[in-house]
Amino acid sequence: MKFDQPAGANPIDRGTVIGKPQVRVDGPLKVSGLAPYAYEYHDPAPNAAYGVMVTAGIGKGRIDTIDTVDAERAPGVLLVLTHKNAPKMYGKADFPKPGPTDKDPKGAHAAPQLQGAEIKQFGQAVAFVVAETFEQATAAAAMARVGYSNGKGRFSLAAGKASAQPDPKGKDAHVGDFATAFATAPIKVDTTYSTPNHAQSMMEPHATLAIWSGDQLTLYTAHQVIHWSTQGTADTLGIPREKVRSISAYVGGGFGSKLEIYGDSILSAAAARQLGRPVKCAITRPQTYNHTTHRPPTIQQLRLAAGRDGRLTAVGHLTWTGDQEGERGELASDQSRLMYAGANRLIETRFTPLDLPKGGSMRAPGEAAGLLALECAMDELAVELGMDPVELRIVNDVQYDPTVGPSRPFSDRKMVECLRQGAEAFGWSRRHPTPATLRDGRWLVGYGMSAGIRNNIVMPSGTRVTLRRDGTVLVETAMTDIGTGSYTINAQTAAEMLGLPLDKVTIRLGDSLLPKAAGSGGSWGANSSTAGTYAACMMLRAAIAERAGLSGDTLFADGHVSAGGKSVALRHVAAAGPLTAEDTMSYGDLTKQFAQASFAAHFCEIGVDRVTAEIRVRRMTSAYSAGRILNPITARSQCLGGMTMGIGAALMEELVVDERFGYFANHDLAEYQVPVHADIPALEVLFVESLDDKSSPMKARGIGEVGICGVGAAVANAVYNACGVRVRDFPVQLDKLLDHMPVMA
Amino acid sequence: MRAFTYERVTTAQAAAQAVAAQPGAKFIAGGTNLLDLAKLEIETPTHLVDVNRVAGLDRIVPTPDGGLRIGALVRNTDLAADHRVRTDYAVLTRALLAGASGQLRNKATTAGNLLQRTRCVYFYDTSKPCNKRKPGSGCAARGGYSRGLAVVGVSDQCIAQHPSDMAVAMRLLDAKVETVMPDGATRAIPITDFHTLPGKTPWIETVLRPGEFITAVTLPRPLGGVHSYAKVRDRASYAFALVSLAAVDGPGGRRFAFGGIAPKPWRVEAAEPMGSAGAVADHVLAEAAPTADNRYKLTLVRRLLADHFETGAAA
Repeated sequence: MKFDQPAGANPIDRGTVIGKPQVRVDGPLKVSGLAPYAYEYHDPAPNAAYGVMVTAGIGKGRIDTIDTVDAERAPGVLLVLTHKNAPKMYGKADFPKPGPTDKDPKGAHAAPQLQGAEIKQFGQAVAFVVAETFEQATAAAAMARVGYSNGKGRFSLAAGKASAQPDPKGKDAHVGDFATAFATAPIKVDTTYSTPNHAQSMMEPHATLAIWSGDQLTLYTAHQVIHWSTQGTADTLGIPREKVRSISAYVGGGFGSKLEIYGDSILSAAAARQLGRPVKCAITRPQTYNHTTHRPPTIQQLRLAAGRDGRLTAVGHLTWTGDQEGERGELASDQSRLMYAGANRLIETRFTPLDLPKGGSMRAPGEAAGLLALECAMDELAVELGMDPVELRIVNDVQYDPTVGPSRPFSDRKMVECLRQGAEAFGWSRRHPTPATLRDGRWLVGYGMSAGIRNNIVMPSGTRVTLRRDGTVLVETAMTDIGTGSYTINAQTAAEMLGLPLDKVTIRLGDSLLPKAAGSGGSWGANSSTAGTYAACMMLRAAIAERAGLSGDTLFADGHVSAGGKSVALRHVAAAGPLTAEDTMSYGDLTKQFAQASFAAHFCEIGVDRVTAEIRVRRMTSAYSAGRILNPITARSQCLGGMTMGIGAALMEELVVDERFGYFANHDLAEYQVPVHADIPALEVLFVESLDDKSSPMKARGIGEVGICGVGAAVANAVYNACGVRVRDFPVQLDKLLDHMPVMA
Repeated sequence: MRAFTYERVTTAQAAAQAVAAQPGAKFIAGGTNLLDLAKLEIETPTHLVDVNRVAGLDRIVPTPDGGLRIGALVRNTDLAADHRVRTDYAVLTRALLAGASGQLRNKATTAGNLLQRTRCVYFYDTSKPCNKRKPGSGCAARGGYSRGLAVVGVSDQCIAQHPSDMAVAMRLLDAKVETVMPDGATRAIPITDFHTLPGKTPWIETVLRPGEFITAVTLPRPLGGVHSYAKVRDRASYAFALVSLAAVDGPGGRRFAFGGIAPKPWRVEAAEPMGSAGAVADHVLAEAAPTADNRYKLTLVRRLLADHFETGAAA
């Protein structure tokens, strides 16, 4: 089915199951330990050997010597792979450059390991030790002796800033005459923010169990997009893609980290082939920080100019970012194309190569970092204007893409509604505009707010649905559930479409043998995968109606299909044998015709300790617009998670770069701090619900990432309101405030 | 983790003998720090002597002179909850509950807490120089990431901080560490002498001799007064102190001990009679040698003291 016209009325609109608060169908399995994660499959490979990576201890240079004699002789060791004996593997550069219409280009997800003496990043695999037990492999891995010569690495974004070049992947926009508009405006801010490298810190580290059967490879692996796992592994190993099957039935979080493949899958697969025996490997927590991807750093200059009425006349957002050559960095300027009105606009991204570990996607890549800066700069502008920051955003709302004009309207932009309803629920009117005027005992109390936007993306996604003999329905798709609720909302979709209660629907996900699906990334998963299920269900409905001898408009409700005054129970239809339908939802150009995005508004009350400058969030209210809310429970969980992660980005998260060694020095969860329960007070989530008929037949948009978008700026703006200190170097921490706190005797 | 052998002992002297008998042997009780370090091969014990079943060390009993003897195996949770501790040594309860998490406190022991290793990120990374981990290899923290590290008592060899909260309260209370030697001899070490400064030997952290086994920590008779423990950190729980201040304002005067700023719990008795926060701070920080990253800790110490003088108690 192709979605190329705005959706009309459809069976989802009945809203008997979709849109209802439904607890996770996979919840009981998870809380009882019966949902297996990649490393926990024992039955398929009772004889699995264990692999442990040895990772590079320098940031840039070469391996001079590698001595694995002791490791090879250690008890239980079966194999030690290094660059000297590893099989040939293939990377992106080994494949032809993809054409513009190439959907799944060869090598796009390849991740070759152990292919030479060159060290490109700290944490790169330099050896892979396989042994009978995990303990033996770990002990032997520590016996590998690697001698390096250090190269000269580029590890500082600030140092590379001056020579940065336009980012080929950034969407620069030059609209109107920014320079003149900025120079002549009566009110303006020119301010620079920086955001550090961030680690996804998902609960389940990356892990893979690799099993060969002849030339067929099966991976039980932790991945967000199943076909990227199979394609990447096959391309890297130089085998046909159809020879790889990936299973990611349950994934313990990803936040973008599991969009790529790493040493665990490639080295397990290579070693298993060589040994003729299954091999499993879990990346250790400390290894995750320097071996896998992270959110790259930014420096962002915001130049905003407005008339005295607050209307923006010039929007300038220049981001400097850095990553390994050929990567994209963090495209933090991009949302400023669309966020606010303004006739003159200068949106730019500058890229400098860095030899730090390779960057990648982390929840809302671009927006999460970009809005930290843009939304704090808007707060600065509100101060300059003497205007309420909510009003400033409302007067600058724009219902079309301001880089194109009214010919490209937003499909459904409810940012103003988010701002108004969020402000009302939070009690924004009680804010003291003058900083450092509200006290509660030892706490300096501040209110801050921000808005958020996250681009809506749709991806082709397929599902197979089967009406089984007993009248129940089986839903099957290679979609993943990374803790988000994909199982539940796809089951709800099928139940709604076929008029069945949820307990008559069984669902299977996360296996590449199932219909190719959107996967979980870029907030496209929920909307796209349920649209695929919708498409398959439409086809099944037609088949059911035909077998039941019904024609015309059919109604599927209460376990029956009805048309023209006739009603047949689905289990009677099914009694003649199962019916199966499989379809993929694909998309036309509605995302080009219409700007599509989800929106948010955040309101935060914070306390800053007058003595220690410790910062604690006291409460937070966020309002979200993401079209139809498919399941208020799972959607709310996404938003709570986004708010929590946004608080972390504002107040504590930072991968500390040690530029002497070219690595992230704080590589465990004690030193890379994310919020704990005690940091997260009552969070309130409001949904400004609407139906986005341009997005998909589900009329929903992405919600997984908009949750974080803008959150940290509300927190930082609240810190400013609490104590009058504007910290422009994230994270906002007490040592950056102390010198500005009230003098003590 | 390296392979190791394991034995379980039931008497204190047997524990001391078992560790003394084998180079590379270590005691294990709660294991909340040692196991993490062993997994990373920062500690590489060849033999573990499990002391969890040594009889009689899991009790808190009164001493003849009106104090308390806390068995080495008393878990942090139980120590914090003990009504005598809560009543008479409240600063100890407060410090304990400011540390770690409920799960860790259920396992962690009194003796083990005193012997925690530093949280310096370079100590935690075997690919980096660290004089504490590998004598003579250098100190990567100097010139590196040192935001959480020590500002006083440091040397050019090491700027690691001691991470314990409990030990700061013990230092304030003038605890004594009771030990037994392999030959059965015992001694009681004042806590001020128990931890050593890094100097030129940062890998030596206490005065314990090979095999010497901690049996108890004793507290003198209660000080009375108002007890407080203020712990400053970036997140509200499950984080080590950037700076902490343990204080007692009692009939015998004020006492202050600090965590997070030194290689050992930091107390300068000579500072305590001073009449102003600034004067106390000047003494406490007299030989401070901060890095650019952790200079803010000096400000925090001053502000915590100022607040204490202003309000009577910092928490």
